[in-house]
Amino acid sequence: MKKLSLAKLNDLFAAIAQREALYLPVDNGTGKAEYTKWQEGTVYSTALNTGRSAKDFFFPQTENLMEFKMEGKRIDVIDTREECEDFVIFGVRACDAASFDILDRVYLTDPVDTYYKNRRQHGTVVTMACGRPAETCFCGTFGIDAADPKGDVTCWTVEDGYVLRANTEKGEALLAAVDGLLTDTDDKAVQAAQEKTRAILAKLPLAALSTEGVGQGLTKELFDRPEWASLSEACLGCGTCTFVCPTCQCYDIRDFDTGHGIQRFRCWDSCMYSDFTKMAHGNPRVSQLERFRQRFMHKLVYFPDNNDGLFGCVGCGRCLARCPISMNIVKVMKTLAKGGNK
Amino acid sequence: MQKMMEKRALELLADGTVSRVLGWSAGEFPYDMTPAVFETAEELQDGFVYNDFCGANLSKYLIKESRKEGKILVFLKPCDTYSFNQLLAEHRIIRDNIYVIGIECYGKADVEKLKAMGLEGITGIYMKDGEYTVETVYGSQTVKAYEAMAERCLACKSKKHVVYDELIGEDGEVVTDCNRFDMVEQLEAMTPEQRFAFWRGELSRCIRCNACRNVCPACSCEQCVFDNPNSGVAQKAAVNSFEENMFHIIRAFHVAGRCTDCGECSRVCPQNIPLHLLNRKFIKDMNAFYGEYQAGEDPDKKPPLGTYTLGDREA
Repeated sequence: MKKLSLAKLNDLFAAIAQREALYLPVDNGTGKAEYTKWQEGTVYSTALNTGRSAKDFFFPQTENLMEFKMEGKRIDVIDTREECEDFVIFGVRACDAASFDILDRVYLTDPVDTYYKNRRQHGTVVTMACGRPAETCFCGTFGIDAADPKGDVTCWTVEDGYVLRANTEKGEALLAAVDGLLTDTDDKAVQAAQEKTRAILAKLPLAALSTEGVGQGLTKELFDRPEWASLSEACLGCGTCTFVCPTCQCYDIRDFDTGHGIQRFRCWDSCMYSDFTKMAHGNPRVSQLERFRQRFMHKLVYFPDNNDGLFGCVGCGRCLARCPISMNIVKVMKTLAKGGNK
Repeated sequence: MQKMMEKRALELLADGTVSRVLGWSAGEFPYDMTPAVFETAEELQDGFVYNDFCGANLSKYLIKESRKEGKILVFLKPCDTYSFNQLLAEHRIIRDNIYVIGIECYGKADVEKLKAMGLEGITGIYMKDGEYTVETVYGSQTVKAYEAMAERCLACKSKKHVVYDELIGEDGEVVTDCNRFDMVEQLEAMTPEQRFAFWRGELSRCIRCNACRNVCPACSCEQCVFDNPNSGVAQKAAVNSFEENMFHIIRAFHVAGRCTDCGECSRVCPQNIPLHLLNRKFIKDMNAFYGEYQAGEDPDKKPPLGTYTLGDREA
C-alpha cells in the first residue's frame, strides 16, 4: 500500500493530469457534485456521490455511431468513431464501481459493443472508500463493501492523508507513474477507517434490507403479484430513475437529418417511456404498471436469471433521492418480500 | 393535522360520500412520502401520512382518478387548488366525481436543504415550535423550519383555497408581497449575452428525463409532441445540446397563460434547474401586457392568451 500526504493531493492530480485526462467529482454550484475534468485550481468534492453516475464515462447519454452521406444514388457510410484517449476517473464510490461489472456483462459479452469496449480499455478507475454513507445507501444488500471498493486503484481517506492500493495492472501502472509522491505504508490506518465506516453502515436505516423474496427464478411468483398496481399507481412515467441509475443500460438508436446527411446516434432510453421498444403495433407494455414492473423485474429477476444471480442494482440510492414521487426499488423489494423484509 | 385529515377521510369513506381517498403514503424515511389512493379504512390507518414533506401536488392525478367509478376524496393545499381549477377550466377533470378537502399550509420543507446543511444519514425528523429536530446516524441537530422551507414556498403567492368542498384548518389570503418575480427581474436586468449564458448554463444540465413535463398539471396532452415519432421533433436525448434548451423554452410557451406557478417542475428536477423562472417570466409579462391574471384563480375567467380585446398590445 502507498501513502499520500494530505497536502499532496493536488500534486497527485496534477501529475495524473499531465499524463492523461483526469475527471473527479467537483461541486457544480447547485449543491451537487458532478464529474469534471481537472485543471489547475479544480477543487475535489468529498460529497458522498455525484448527481449523475459514473456510467457516463463508458456509456454516455448520446453517442454518434456513424454517418451517411448521399450523393445521387451513392451512399457513403462513414465511421465517425475515434480511438478514445486514456483517462482516469478519480473518486468513484463502491456502488458505481460495482455498476461497471454489470454494464460489462451487457456490453462486453458477445456481440461485444466496441464503442463501450474502447472506452473501458482506456479508462482507469480510482475508487474512494466511503466515510460518511447516507440513509439512502444500501450497497451492502448486494454484497458491495463501501469500505473496500473495487476499481483499478482503491483509495482511503485516513487521518493524515490518503492510502492507495493498486488492484489491477492498470492501477499499478498509474501508481508507478506518480510514485515520487507516494511513500510505502501498512494497512493499519486503512483498517481503522474501514472499521469506522462499517460501524456507520450497520446503523443505517436500510442496513437490514435483504434480497429475500427477489432474485433468480422468481418470474412466475412475482410477475402477477397484485402489489404492482399500488406500487406503480403514482408513477409519472418520467425517466429520472433510469437516467440517474448507474446500471440502467437500455438505449435507442435514431437517425438525425443534419441537412447534409444522416447522423445515426444512440441515446439512453427508459422503460418508463411510452415509446420504449415501440414496434409496428405499438409499445408491447401498454400501461404504466407494465413499464414500471419491467424496470424492477429486470433488475431483481431477469438480470440475475441471465447473470449467475448478479442483481442489476448496486444500492447507490440515487433513485431514492431523486424520484419525483419517492417510489423506488427499496419500496418495491420490501413490498414484494411482504413483511419478511421489514 | 394528519389525525384530523385521517379522521375526516374515514368518516367520508364510511358514510359512502367517497369510495377512495387520494393522499400520501408513508415512506422509508421521514421525508419520502408517495402519492397514493386508499380504498379502505385499514389502508388509511396503515399508511396514510401527512407532514411538512408532502409537497407533491395531487391535482394532476385526478385526470385519471376522476374517470374511475365512484367519488374520490382529494386533499389540496392552497397552491394545488389553483392547478385543480385550471384543470377544471380545461375540462380535464370531472368535478362531480371529486370531493375536495382544502388543507391549510404554511410552507413545505425541502429535504435537499437539510442535506445541504450536511445532515446526512437522516433517521428521524421531528417538528416542534417552528423547528425541526433532525436525527441522523452522525448525531442530531435542530434547524429553524424556514431554513428548510422549499424555495417555491418562500415566495408563496397564495394561502387561499380557490376551490374546496370543505376545509381543514384556516383559509388564508392571497399574498400580495410574495416577491416571486424578484429573480425574473434580476434576469431582465442582465445583458442578452449574460442571460443567454445563464440559461445555457442551467439548461445544459438537463438529462431529458421529462419529469418536469410529466409532473406539470398544465402538461396534460394525451400524447406529447416530443413523444410522438410522427411529429418530426420526437427526441429521447439531444443530438446537439441546443435541443434540450429548446425543449424547455417550447414547453414554457406551451403552458403560458395556463401555468399556475405551482412550482412542481423545479421541485422534481433531478438536476436542480430553476425551470419555474421561465414560467414566471411569462406570467410577469402577461400581467404587464394584459392586466393582472392568475391562472386557476377563477375557472370562469377568460385567459389573456385565449381572448382578444381592442385594448391588447398588438391590437
